[in-house]
Amino acid sequence: MNTTLIAKKESITTYLKETFNDIGKVTLFASRFFREVIKPPYEIKELIKQCYIIGYKSLPLVTVTGFIMGLVLTLQSRPTLAKFGAESWLPSMVALSLIREIAPVITALICAGKVSSGIGAELGSMKVTEQIDAMEVSAINPFKYLVVTRILATTFMIPLLVIFADGIGVIGGYIGINIHGDVNLYRYLSQVLESITFSDIFPATMKTFFFGFFIGMIGCYKGFNAANGTESVGKAANSAVVTASLSIFIIDMIAVQLTDLFL
Amino acid sequence: MEDEIKKRNIIQKSEADVPVIEIKNLHKSFGTNEVLKGVNLTVNKGENLVILGKSGSGKSITIKCIVGLMRIDEGEINVFGTDITKLHIAELNGIRVRIGFLFQNAALYDSMSVRDNLGFTLKRHAKDLSAEEVESQIKEILDSVGLSEAIDKMPSELSGGMRKRIGLARTLILKPEIILYDEPTTGLDTITSREISELIIEIQKKYKTTSIIITHDMPCAKLTGNRLMVLKEGVMHAEGTYEELEKSEDEWVRSFFL
Ligand SMILES: Nc1ncnc2c1ncn2[C@@H]1O[C@H](COP(=O)(O)OP(=O)(O)O)[C@@H](O)[C@H]1O
Ligand SMILES: [Mg+2]
Repeated sequence: MNTTLIAKKESITTYLKETFNDIGKVTLFASRFFREVIKPPYEIKELIKQCYIIGYKSLPLVTVTGFIMGLVLTLQSRPTLAKFGAESWLPSMVALSLIREIAPVITALICAGKVSSGIGAELGSMKVTEQIDAMEVSAINPFKYLVVTRILATTFMIPLLVIFADGIGVIGGYIGINIHGDVNLYRYLSQVLESITFSDIFPATMKTFFFGFFIGMIGCYKGFNAANGTESVGKAANSAVVTASLSIFIIDMIAVQLTDLFL
Repeated sequence: MEDEIKKRNIIQKSEADVPVIEIKNLHKSFGTNEVLKGVNLTVNKGENLVILGKSGSGKSITIKCIVGLMRIDEGEINVFGTDITKLHIAELNGIRVRIGFLFQNAALYDSMSVRDNLGFTLKRHAKDLSAEEVESQIKEILDSVGLSEAIDKMPSELSGGMRKRIGLARTLILKPEIILYDEPTTGLDTITSREISELIIEIQKKYKTTSIIITHDMPCAKLTGNRLMVLKEGVMHAEGTYEELEKSEDEWVRSFFL
């Protein structure tokens, strides 16, 4: 009895120690990014390639999810609004929920699954097969070539993907409305645009930069620090998704609090 | 004052007078796993040194320390007369470009073609080269490892022996003065092993390189090694030519030659 309690206590303390250790290491990794991002040489070609892979190749997935988000949100909200006789508010409500919350978070989560795990697996396998060491011994900075480019690419491409998902979601909403009623596109869009203000768009866009940064940073961190052995590649990819998704929710929570405070 | 005089003496000592690689009392452990417990070795200019040892004895660790891939616990690693363990990263990189490292599985960049694998390093270190010069150097090096036709292939399309050759080509492209080979023939059939061993000798002659070759493959050791060392329990246990070690008093050393 006593010994199991002690064992439990010890496992909790080691768990806490490891967690704080990890947070410390991630912080160091992130600070290394900020140190290296400003130093030349700049790997422009690789940056463009990563933007293409991360941005363009995620478009189909983001299009489908964005469209479904808009459509489903409209269909689900209609009965509630109808109860209050407020169906005419449907376009504004859908647009606001999409732009403020749903499109950023869902798109970021999708990208955590696709992009963060992809980066984790790619860098993890490069680490395990000594490709990262090979770069290092040929006097090329692998952090600069692999990590800086990927983090920059996610930081700038995720916000673009979210804006794109906003647009597709609004179109999905239009189709959702027209399943039951008949609203013309011009009236729908003007209602949407009227209801959106700067204080909706600005914080929502700001937080997506953080989503993007964390998606790239955590994928890179997990891959770059993969242990030896092939099974650690899968582990790196998996824990990249879990950690990135969790951090998206945490950032979102902080962003909401800050928005409440200042706007 | 005294320090300054010492420093000047080190600088004045010409690279030609000192061994190319000199390791003194190298210690390295991972947690409680003490792997290297005072390794000493020297490699002279133009020499091929073969390191033998059971797997897990720390051979790879030793050569990774030479290029600064690992932080060491204790000791000195002099390369071209400079203790690389005390260097700043920029100075270390200055030494690294003079060393070629052939990884055990070649460590080719999976996402790049053979051409880009070779060009990747070259373009970053010889920035004044024109695109045509880069291309012609890549072709020349590929030709010297006998694989000109593989230039447009991806690493996944190459066989084990071809991967080793391309890996070797990638290190040769910077014209290194030292080459460190980590098990260059492991996993290859006898004929391919022999071809790789012959390539190693050819490179030694053609480029006047100094090398350390880690291997389990005794025919390779016999062909390529001017001198052999055996790593056991974290120290260099025996040293000599192939013929000397083959007739060693020590049964454990002889067991490598069976
Ligand atoms: N990055 C590492 N972390 C922990 N232990 C390691 C690491 N690299 C190697 N080791 C351990 O060091 C020992 C020697 O490894 P190595 O030099 O690769 O052996 P070999 O002589 O077969 O090349 C092994 O027991 C291995 O488990
Ligand atoms: Mg090894």
